[in-house]
Amino acid sequence: MPEPMGFFTDTTVCIGCKACEVACKEWNQLPAENGGIGELSGDSYDNTRKLDGIHWRHVRFIEQFKGPYDGRWLMMSDVCKHCVQAGCLEVCPTGAIIRTEFDTVVIQSDVCNGCRACIAACPFGVIDVNPVSGTAQKCTLCYDRLKVGLEPACSKACPTDSIQFGSIVELRTRAHKRVDQLKAQGVKAELYGADPEGALGGLNSFYLLVDEPEVYGLPRKPQLPSSRLAKSATFSVASAAVLGVLALVGLRKRRMDEQSRGGGGGGSSNV
Amino acid sequence: MSDTFFTGAPHWTWFIIPYFFVGGLAGGAYFLAAALDWFGRPEDRPVVRTGYDVAAVGAILSGLLLTIDLGRPLRFWHMLFQSENFPAIMFKGWSPISFGAWAILLFGLLSVLSALGARAEEGRLQMPALRAVGGVVKGGVAKLVSGIGGLLGLFIAGYTGILLSVTNRPIWADSPWLGALFIASGASTGAAALILLAPARGASERTLAWLSSFDARALVVELLVLAAFIASLGSLNRVWVSFWGLLLLVGVVGFGILAPLRMHAKPAQAAKLVLLGGFLLRLATMLASEGIDRYRVAAGL
Repeated sequence: MPEPMGFFTDTTVCIGCKACEVACKEWNQLPAENGGIGELSGDSYDNTRKLDGIHWRHVRFIEQFKGPYDGRWLMMSDVCKHCVQAGCLEVCPTGAIIRTEFDTVVIQSDVCNGCRACIAACPFGVIDVNPVSGTAQKCTLCYDRLKVGLEPACSKACPTDSIQFGSIVELRTRAHKRVDQLKAQGVKAELYGADPEGALGGLNSFYLLVDEPEVYGLPRKPQLPSSRLAKSATFSVASAAVLGVLALVGLRKRRMDEQSRGGGGGGSSNV
Repeated sequence: MSDTFFTGAPHWTWFIIPYFFVGGLAGGAYFLAAALDWFGRPEDRPVVRTGYDVAAVGAILSGLLLTIDLGRPLRFWHMLFQSENFPAIMFKGWSPISFGAWAILLFGLLSVLSALGARAEEGRLQMPALRAVGGVVKGGVAKLVSGIGGLLGLFIAGYTGILLSVTNRPIWADSPWLGALFIASGASTGAAALILLAPARGASERTLAWLSSFDARALVVELLVLAAFIASLGSLNRVWVSFWGLLLLVGVVGFGILAPLRMHAKPAQAAKLVLLGGFLLRLATMLASEGIDRYRVAAGL
């Protein structure tokens, strides 16, 4: 049995070259958006803008500029987090989403029927429909490459090793060393998703960040959709019970009124 | 900032919104028909029969809307059976969408059986096969079918709200009240549909009066649950400073709840407004959230 594999993304060394995006698109044969006619975002150098069914890697550009000489770029190559407790896998009603032997999360496109429950369930906004297949798609962590002993296309292409692929245990050790190194240099560095005791049982694609998670478009406390099931179901049952009682009390009152008037209802009661 | 703002919209729009409305209405209508079937009088039968018809048509329409909405409609059965291991059942009790797929199937089956039974009772079935099926659904069998179907009707009306809450999307996942709200709305719209359709089937004045009285009570429950829903959103309520907020206030609360409550003398007109309000409730709650897609809070954007 292979050990859990994943990515450690050190955002401090990302240069925004998008080699990972291109490698991902090429290997997975993902179609171009808008028929290949480029659309500029207009307010950022980031023109990919988001992860979706045809963008399984997205180099997020965060332009923090207060003035012409006061600012910085943050760059983060974003991808599916391959959560240890995955919301998408939890809600998928077709069984299309599976956990592989590498502890990664994969959508089987031949099983998915495009109901899109996983899109709403993902705490990170990773999944969307691929208009060519009509099914929900996202990063597979190159399951086909892993099966034959190759590393994923994106990390292979990354020229600065911002994206590192390996066993999760080894990557966590490496990540903590890097955080210590940066802190020694006075950089405010934190890991996001590296804690197996943390949210969603840890993320098999985790990050080193130098600002708050929200700045990178990441939720502070991602949750499983099912964490909301018990309360919502309880309130619904209570509402149904109230309406049921109202209906039956109304029928009983009608019968009592008819009896008090001494009249029948045109037939015998079933009560 | 709620963590739900970092998620992607599932594009549940022009087929799912009508489904939520039709499914709720069908579930509510069946529940009321079953209540009258079990605890009513013979004079209530026209409303009972109308309720089963509304539920059957609504359930079939719901199935069609859900199937058309899929990215791959011919794979709709993947929700019921394991596609790679047929005929093994596909079911996840903790996933409302999986639970709902089976509930819709069962509700459709029971509502069609009840409708056939009611038509056989009237002698309106011409085809021998349908007459044979309808003839079986009488007496204790009919009661059993309507008893299970009535409870399932309330489930169908409400599970859609639970389904929305069991996500990570803004508004939906930020409140636990949507299921309760949709059940109340399903009951009120179900009663409204029966008030409008049952007179043509010979409904008595007393049954219609009971329906109007129940509808008013269901609207009060709906208003209270809607208030709880809004209160539970807290600071997130700023999302309603939009067209959808206006629709919720004017269309749902004003025209869909308060106006019908003041129109005792005109039950048919009130019922039409209740139906409008029920549809606008789904429209506002769905599209207000759908409009929020991967909110960009990154500095400078």
